[in-house]
Amino acid sequence: MDKRTTAAAAVAELRDGMTVGIGGWGSRRKPMALVREILRSELSDLTLVSYGGPDVGLLCAAGKVRKLIYGFVSLDSIPLEPHFRAARQTGAIEAAELDEGMLQWGLYAAALRLPFLPTRAGLGTDVLSINPDLRLVRSPYADGEELVAMPAIHLDAALVHMNRADARGNAQFLGPDPYFDDLFCMAAKRRFLSCEKIVETADLLKGGSVHTLKINRSLVDGVIETPNGAHFTECPPDYGRDEAFQREYAAAAKDPEAWATFRERYVDLPNEEAYQEAVRSR
Amino acid sequence: MSPGFTRAEVCTAAVADVFRGDGEVLASAFGTVPAIALRLAKLTFEPDLLMTDGVAFLRADVPSIDGDSEGEAVVEGWLPFRSVFDLLWSGRRHVVMVASQLDRHGNHNFACIGDHRKPRAQLLGMRGAPGNTINHPTSYWVPSHSPKVFVEKVDVVSGVGYDRAAALGERSARFHEIRKVVSNLGVFDFATSDRTLRLVSVHPGVAIDEVVANTGFELVVEGDVPETRAPTHAELELIRKRLDPAGSREKEVKV
Repeated sequence: MDKRTTAAAAVAELRDGMTVGIGGWGSRRKPMALVREILRSELSDLTLVSYGGPDVGLLCAAGKVRKLIYGFVSLDSIPLEPHFRAARQTGAIEAAELDEGMLQWGLYAAALRLPFLPTRAGLGTDVLSINPDLRLVRSPYADGEELVAMPAIHLDAALVHMNRADARGNAQFLGPDPYFDDLFCMAAKRRFLSCEKIVETADLLKGGSVHTLKINRSLVDGVIETPNGAHFTECPPDYGRDEAFQREYAAAAKDPEAWATFRERYVDLPNEEAYQEAVRSR
Repeated sequence: MSPGFTRAEVCTAAVADVFRGDGEVLASAFGTVPAIALRLAKLTFEPDLLMTDGVAFLRADVPSIDGDSEGEAVVEGWLPFRSVFDLLWSGRRHVVMVASQLDRHGNHNFACIGDHRKPRAQLLGMRGAPGNTINHPTSYWVPSHSPKVFVEKVDVVSGVGYDRAAALGERSARFHEIRKVVSNLGVFDFATSDRTLRLVSVHPGVAIDEVVANTGFELVVEGDVPETRAPTHAELELIRKRLDPAGSREKEVKV
């Protein structure tokens, strides 16, 4: 089945209030072209699940987010994400803050259709008071150990970005880390995968070993070719992070005027092509 | 007379010492001084430590903190984030994290300052602190020792302290251990009967009164407190010429 589609068609399937998982990690291999499409949409009231970076910052700054489920939000080379910080410090979003490993466990539980997975992480910390719905579970075996029952995090949709994919949704990461993109896809009802380049299935292994084929087509509903689509996050080996642009983005958090200028220049554009042109010509 | 080394270099040797005896575990270090210190430990008394390049590779060689290698980079393993979580939950790790707030029991915060629902300052978030502190040894680094860091009560608990570990019971907390706290003023542990912060040594040129005055709770000071050891000549050579030739350590540490 040919699953090629467009960012606009993918985002048109999303609804207000949905829980949307976003792959990548910090300011690394984020599906930014799809995030930009959400910014152009009328969507609101979203619950985001993310190892957060500028995906979270941008969507918070644009007022799209009601609730955030996360372990951290960082731009890596800029440790604190300023737009996310502003959203938190004004109380604009509900913050379900977890340990990084708990977030993985929640996605994995959803992927495996389990109600929860047990973990020691979170015990004795304010993760339990911040998330009052979290419950403990006692081992039914002789040890009787009490653990956190990390509940499944079910996603209405997952958005991930990979280096290569074929038209059917077999996808390849060529950088050093697959992150948790496969789990995001497995935990979601609808799965949209953007990539730098769509290639023939037979050509996938020309780019990397079989170990790089982390996502198979049963985990994907839509494939979108978005060259430079992770910009300004890194997407090695295709490109590194655009640090100059990231600094400009971070600086725009300083005041509403700076954000308005940034928004006019890079956000309020008709489409991804216009964005890429604005980036090229700056 | 100048002692021939800086406070930052004393701190570096002191943080390196927290890894003594660790052997073949993953050593992770956040902050500039800890990053130098981990490399120093690996190059001298703990050669079996595992170390990542901060991305996804285990490095057999020891590059500088700016990533410069003496020879070719030698990758000895692959450790994407997913494997880091597996490894740390299995316990084969010792992490040094920066503390934004720390109380006398070792409860740690770098998540946010103020009420978590609407913080005055959003910091790093929980990151891996809850999972780290309950699964494997943790040490803390405080580059600027003050009553704002060493507080009576942390605003949010991201890392488990000894009182909370005790409340969990022996079984749940059996992997919990805070090895050491190193600040710009001294070295500390929790080796008291009630597991509260104790002054182990003061750095050369620091008075005990200065440490006490900069700690926002009653610090345990027992008997004659020794001076933190000076870095050796060989350590200073490694720190200055190989690991941190740009001198980033001096910018991090408050004197």
